[in-house]
Amino acid sequence: MQEGNGPRGREEAAAVLVLNPEDNVVVCRRDVQAGQRLVIDGDVVVARSDVALGHKIARRSIPRGARVVKYGMSIGSSTAEIQPGDWVHLHNMKSDYIASHSRDSRERR
Amino acid sequence: MILADGHLRADGRKGIRNVLPVIYLVECAHHVARQAVERAQDDRVHLLGFPGCYPNEYALEMLKSLTTHPNVGGAVLVSLGCEGFDREALAAEVAASGRPLKTVVIQEAGGTRGSINATLEAVAAVRDAMERQERRAPVAISDLTIGTVCGGSDGTSGIAANPAVGRAFDRLVDAGAVCIFEETGEMIGCETALSRRAASPEVAAAIMTSIGNAESYYRSMGFGSFAPGNAEGGLSTQEEKSAGAYVKSGSRPVKGVIRPTQRPGAPGLYLLDIVPETPPKFGFPNISDNAEIAELMSCGAHITLFTTGRGSVVGSAIAPVIKITGNPVTYRRMAEDMDVNAGRVLEGTATLEELGEEIFRLTLEVAAGAVTKSEALGHREFILTYKSADALGTLCGMTAR
Repeated sequence: MQEGNGPRGREEAAAVLVLNPEDNVVVCRRDVQAGQRLVIDGDVVVARSDVALGHKIARRSIPRGARVVKYGMSIGSSTAEIQPGDWVHLHNMKSDYIASHSRDSRERR
Repeated sequence: MILADGHLRADGRKGIRNVLPVIYLVECAHHVARQAVERAQDDRVHLLGFPGCYPNEYALEMLKSLTTHPNVGGAVLVSLGCEGFDREALAAEVAASGRPLKTVVIQEAGGTRGSINATLEAVAAVRDAMERQERRAPVAISDLTIGTVCGGSDGTSGIAANPAVGRAFDRLVDAGAVCIFEETGEMIGCETALSRRAASPEVAAAIMTSIGNAESYYRSMGFGSFAPGNAEGGLSTQEEKSAGAYVKSGSRPVKGVIRPTQRPGAPGLYLLDIVPETPPKFGFPNISDNAEIAELMSCGAHITLFTTGRGSVVGSAIAPVIKITGNPVTYRRMAEDMDVNAGRVLEGTATLEELGEEIFRLTLEVAAGAVTKSEALGHREFILTYKSADALGTLCGMTAR
């Protein structure tokens, strides 16, 4: 995906999307590189690792055990101290309903 | 608005395709049925089947619904001869619907080659009868039932393909169609938001009950409706996947909660609950996406809108599948399989409203005969497995067929 390319190219400048003002995570609309500066509602957050398209980055600090909020609703709880710019995924959050399973772990709780 | 002439059935429903399924009634009859379908060299002849030898009320009711689906004009049953499936009951249902039907029993037809030939002759006879009794009638949007399902979801699904389908669903519901969304296991975490959209307190209670049931069912299976690819695509939890999946339903009131084989009697938006009410007996509610598509078809779906992030290639027997990906990388990698590139919303080259309009229009074109990517590629997937009869459940918020 190239920036500034296409009829609404200027809107492509944002690499991440805020889905709801209450969210403490944003979604990558393309691959983000470690160290990349992300402007999120006027605040600058620096990505602390490479994060792939469709994945989540914390826009705020999320204390261990706090709700991770996306779409304005809770999508689970953090299992570690999360800093702004951190990739947020199975390594630092979990479901409050049913454990997720992935190829490298039979179960994560 | 009239879309095209459809196939008028005796019950008044209208098909957008005219399919002749060849149905094996036990795995032992699969080869004969498949050979006959391949040799028939006719895009209208599709292979369906049920592999088990032990009888199953759910499978019987599913095949009754599917062989009397408006897109189906007649059928050929292929039986080994000694299996437990009640082929007479299925044949009686098809005959009562006014459709031509033939049954081939392998043990009576002289082994493999004789049975393949007998099945081909049966296909030719049923096809002739379908052509003789063909009646055409104009199809309007209000004649259509449209289902939606997601497969291979990722972090783009909930922000691109699914909300785009939700906007198309709103347009279809407003135009008088029946729209069905499903998988209460993928509503876990959304039960409160969804119940607020219920058309009545009874439907709200049914939504809460069915999603609660899905949660306890999946919990006892040890897995949610969450595949490794979902995590690789950026989804972390069941409730995150749910929040993204739920927006496929659009924004209109939920008129009722239905079960497989139940057909809504009035236009509007319905939730299909596919999870048995009793503890697991035969395994996961649906083992793969095509089992869900089969259940949507059993409720009358003429077309299924299938959203995918990771990239699925499937289609379906009987009813066309329109595939929509919200992931621009997946679209570029698998463009020959994708009917709609909703990834444009992430690239900033289209809005959700524009994509919803595109999906709405494409749905009407496919109803009028346009061929989907999966149809053109020959995808005719079908799967039917054992399930508790109580998955067929009780009616709520709907008129019985």
